Amino acid sequence: MKIKFWGVRGSIATPGASTVRYGGNTTCIEVRSDTNDLIILDAGTGIFPLALTLFPELPLTCHLFITHTHWDHIQGLPFFIPNFIPGNTLKIHGAYDPIARRDIREILTGQLQYCYFPVREAELKARLEYVTLRERQTITAGSATVSNILMNHPVLNFGYRIECNGKSVFFTGDHEQLYNIYEPGDAEYAEYDMFMNQKNQAIVDFIRGVDVLIADTSYTLEDYPAKKGWGHSTFDANIALARQAGVKTIFFTHHEPTRSDDALEQVLQQALARQPRQPEDPQFLLAREGLVYEL
Amino acid sequence: MGHSKKKLIQLVDGMPAFPPSVYHILKLTADINCAPKELVRVIDLDPVLTMKLLQLVNSPYFGLSRQIGSIRQAVVFVGINTIKNLALTIAPMEMLSRDNLNTPFLEGLLSHAIAVGVVARHLARRGGVSELESTDFFVAGLLHDFGKIALHRFFPRKHAKALALAAKKGIPLHEAERQILNLDHSQIGAMLADKWQLPPACMASMGQHHRWKNRENFLALDCVYAANIIAKTIGVGDSGNPVTETTLPHEIEQRLGGTLPELIGTLGDLSGEMHKVQLLLHSWNANGTTHPQPPTEPL
Repeated sequence: MKIKFWGVRGSIATPGASTVRYGGNTTCIEVRSDTNDLIILDAGTGIFPLALTLFPELPLTCHLFITHTHWDHIQGLPFFIPNFIPGNTLKIHGAYDPIARRDIREILTGQLQYCYFPVREAELKARLEYVTLRERQTITAGSATVSNILMNHPVLNFGYRIECNGKSVFFTGDHEQLYNIYEPGDAEYAEYDMFMNQKNQAIVDFIRGVDVLIADTSYTLEDYPAKKGWGHSTFDANIALARQAGVKTIFFTHHEPTRSDDALEQVLQQALARQPRQPEDPQFLLAREGLVYEL
Repeated sequence: MGHSKKKLIQLVDGMPAFPPSVYHILKLTADINCAPKELVRVIDLDPVLTMKLLQLVNSPYFGLSRQIGSIRQAVVFVGINTIKNLALTIAPMEMLSRDNLNTPFLEGLLSHAIAVGVVARHLARRGGVSELESTDFFVAGLLHDFGKIALHRFFPRKHAKALALAAKKGIPLHEAERQILNLDHSQIGAMLADKWQLPPACMASMGQHHRWKNRENFLALDCVYAANIIAKTIGVGDSGNPVTETTLPHEIEQRLGGTLPELIGTLGDLSGEMHKVQLLLHSWNANGTTHPQPPTEPL
């Protein structure tokens, strides 16, 4: 299995001199199975440069998994060029939106309304198939399987685990480490803690032993207090998660849009310095646009 | 109302209590930084709202892999923001959906009520009312015709007659109600609002939304008065009243800063907002969580 990062920026695309090394496109990850099946995680602006590389493979079948439908994870989808060419198939998977009561098709075709985009869904030439997922539903994508678990973000967000030939990768999508909404003196504190532990354990068990964990790591410990509840994790929380789940490599991604390349490297070093290296530690790496990693 | 006033008061007394959680939730969620535990506390105090939230969280919409048994557990598993938005969307409809809304008249009335709530909130925001306060305008609009639901439920045949009379003669429904029932929906609405101890502006909206003279001076009442006419003019829902005014009283135009066509011109597309509210109510009613009560005719 092979992965390639096409978009590693959180929230909004940030082109410019200060982000040129790690990249300014929003979330998009290409995953190839051992039989070269194409799996794409999220359709942020990074899906456009990915699409430009696909012409030699046409016609193709692409398995797209959307973690959640916030803009930075879907904004590139209308520009996924294979959609305009007959013979291609795009299988789109994602969660239901229980607040507005829309399935993944309704949400994404909303993005193709005439006021937002000149081409309507009905005018696309590729075959589009939509699958609204339930939690822990497993999908077969060529020689790989993709299963999911609900993470913690302000909208339903699935983390995806992809397995192929004994290798595995997990992507959190957007995720904030759980926190207790009660104070230690509150009567409800202990009960809430118990529920949190159950959920945390479920997430750790789901991720356990993956070769690669790709985790939303928007914030530093200093950033976090002002951004608690926004649905993103810190370096320190993800270092802990990677250790608990016994992963081999963790890529920190969803870089905070105002963070320059230099600052990004600096905050990782600061976080690692706070967490002395332990024997079974994974590799700690920053996700970078264009980076290819073979499992 | 004559000799039947006593009976009427008994009937009003027999109406279900207005859930205080509704107001608390609207107030809390208007603040983006509201403490999650406060929200959970308010929901916890309302067993019906708790049940509905859990029903939704455990529904196929969420597709969860495990059963959720409490609001606190729901917050952990689907996130405080999702619970907050779910509560925010369903809380104001509590009162309406706890009622039996399964006749064609009540279906149309519900769409009308939602439209008036959404438009009243729009007019309030436009007039510089804060987000926190604008929810009061939404609730005032949503509940302004609640007296019709009460009349329709207490006196289904007579109220149907009043609806038919208004339609046949082209007279305002409240006039037809007075002719047939000897009282109109704003009178019973005011009594209900009093029983529920709703805020004064909301009480005025339920009791005085057809009056623009000799009435209390509330911006919410102006907004609901105008929103009522706007909803009828743009043709959303059916209030059962065949008469639609074509202009607004000059005083209201001045206070709201526009004539009827001008105010309609500021609406933009509110259909999404209305549709969302409607969908939610329908799915609830389909879930069988309403509490129909037998009619109580004759008075």
